[in-house]
Amino acid sequence: MIAPLAKAQTSLRDSGRSEELLFWLLLAPALLMVAALLLAPLTWLALQSVWENGFTLENYRRLVVEPLYARSFALTFRLSLEMSAVTLLLGYPVAYAAAHLSSRWRVLVLGLVVVPFWTSVLVRSYAWLVLLQRTGVVNKMLQALGLTNAPVMLVNNEIGVTIAMAHILLPFMVLPLFAAMEKIPEELIRAAASLGGGPLYTFRRVYLPLSMPGVIAGSVLVFVLSLGFYVTPELLGGGRTLLVSMLISRNIQLYDHWGAASAISVALLACVLAILALARTLAPSAWSAEDR
Amino acid sequence: MKLSICLVIGVSALAIGAKASAEEVVFVSQGGAYQEAQTKAILDPAAKALGITVNQESSPDAWPVIKTQGATGAPTWDVVDTPTEDCRRGGEQGLIEKLDFSKVPNAAGEPAAYKTPYSVAYEFYSSVLAYNTKKFGGHPPQSWADFWDVKKFPGTRALRNHPLATLEAALMADGVAPDKLYPLDVDRAFKKLEQIKPYVTVWWTSGGQSAQMLHDGEVDMEMAWNGRVTSVQKDNPDIGFTFNQGMLQFTSLCILKNAPHLTTAVKFLNEAIDPKLQAHLPLEINYGPGNPEAFKTGIIPAALAKTLPSAPENAAKQALVSSDWWTSPAGEAALKRWADFIQK
Repeated sequence: MIAPLAKAQTSLRDSGRSEELLFWLLLAPALLMVAALLLAPLTWLALQSVWENGFTLENYRRLVVEPLYARSFALTFRLSLEMSAVTLLLGYPVAYAAAHLSSRWRVLVLGLVVVPFWTSVLVRSYAWLVLLQRTGVVNKMLQALGLTNAPVMLVNNEIGVTIAMAHILLPFMVLPLFAAMEKIPEELIRAAASLGGGPLYTFRRVYLPLSMPGVIAGSVLVFVLSLGFYVTPELLGGGRTLLVSMLISRNIQLYDHWGAASAISVALLACVLAILALARTLAPSAWSAEDR
Repeated sequence: MKLSICLVIGVSALAIGAKASAEEVVFVSQGGAYQEAQTKAILDPAAKALGITVNQESSPDAWPVIKTQGATGAPTWDVVDTPTEDCRRGGEQGLIEKLDFSKVPNAAGEPAAYKTPYSVAYEFYSSVLAYNTKKFGGHPPQSWADFWDVKKFPGTRALRNHPLATLEAALMADGVAPDKLYPLDVDRAFKKLEQIKPYVTVWWTSGGQSAQMLHDGEVDMEMAWNGRVTSVQKDNPDIGFTFNQGMLQFTSLCILKNAPHLTTAVKFLNEAIDPKLQAHLPLEINYGPGNPEAFKTGIIPAALAKTLPSAPENAAKQALVSSDWWTSPAGEAALKRWADFIQK
């Protein structure tokens, strides 16, 4: 009685093993590509930052000693946090509408969110520049409405950068939110209501917690993308918003060694990994698909 | 029958191609309208005169590429048209060939200040003071002291987000004579810049950006490259500029160390600064010839010469940027200090 069972178990295990082998074989091309095109250059990049005719920490010493770097990192992280907050506030209602409207309206709403994706970031940044400048449409409208006498500085400063970046990053917030909200069963909301929960109470205790995976995924995505933004702040910042990405390009031109720039990249990468690790500990559910 | 004709034509075309490419050179410039203008004025005629093929590439910022190609020891570029500082520091770091001027007879027409041991002047441009005449009427700002005078000349301002030419302008605004600028008193320049900083709306990074702001009236006055200003003027007649206290700058031609076609590269470099070819450049775009002999060829009409930054009477009003100083340790320190000044 035991023998056939053991036999069956062995064969099961064997088929499990061969299945595993098959998975690895199928994954191999992709893994090789990632290793060759991502991991290898990254390692090379990291090595450059500590190697200049021998081992050196000069590139990292500079990051610590010169206050310029700390200020840029602080500005970049603050701006990225703001981007997450702004896109969340703007994107949450949009995603909610898309998730709960009839399918025809859903296509329209999602379409409007995705369409700007097809226009280059450079073009969209220039468009904002033209709209927001002193002689631009927005300022002309404000003056015509009598809201202001002189043009308001809407661009060539951090405000302009925030507006344009929020527009560019919004889809990265809306889509994960939509994915999470779409899966929330409406029965739960009805159940909460039938048990006497008012709309606000239901939202706070039922809907919001269930949409949290989307909130976290969207916020982390927007935050990480903001950290490396270059074109928009360069064009709309008026030269004053010196972000980490700009320091990288500055250092390539300024120092005669790639390491001076790659040290900043390595520091930024380390920060991003730390944030991802933190987000994973704080909200593990957002990271595993089996959770639902 | 038809096929064989095609084949014959094809093969002979190949043979011609092979013959033409026997001598070739890879030339790199900065792209855009500027490179197109050169192609008509200089590159095509030079290729024809020498019977060589000029393979063009473009790179808006050649320095990092020069650096990388130098590191490999086997560069793919031959001749580069780039700001003179790149040629000089490249030469000092062993990335650029030292020129044998006996093989570059056309360089004799250029004054010493236009040459380095590694390069010859190719084309002139200037960082000038441009303004909106609608705003200032008959009394526009005419000097950097005026630019700094926010009471007499109220309005929005823009400067380039780079210390080169900007520090010089600050010193001139502080009363330093254009011919007494170097070595720059960097501390004094930054102190003067601190005064104007609150009134600067934009620190521009690209030439296109400076042109757009001037065109749309976003700024009332700014420092900009003369070629950009002239092209804005065609579209917006309310724009004016002065060569007074402009910062005269030039790009140079230099050859990469161990260039793949070194001998041809030297020949090409010499031909590219031929006075006649150089004289055709301003006919295509509003930049001045690097070789002043071009003004004596009679090819440049007098009316056009007046608008060119390197025309003798205009050059006299301006200060010549010293690539020598900017590649010195003091110059490099000033470059590093810039970001700190902007960010605070």
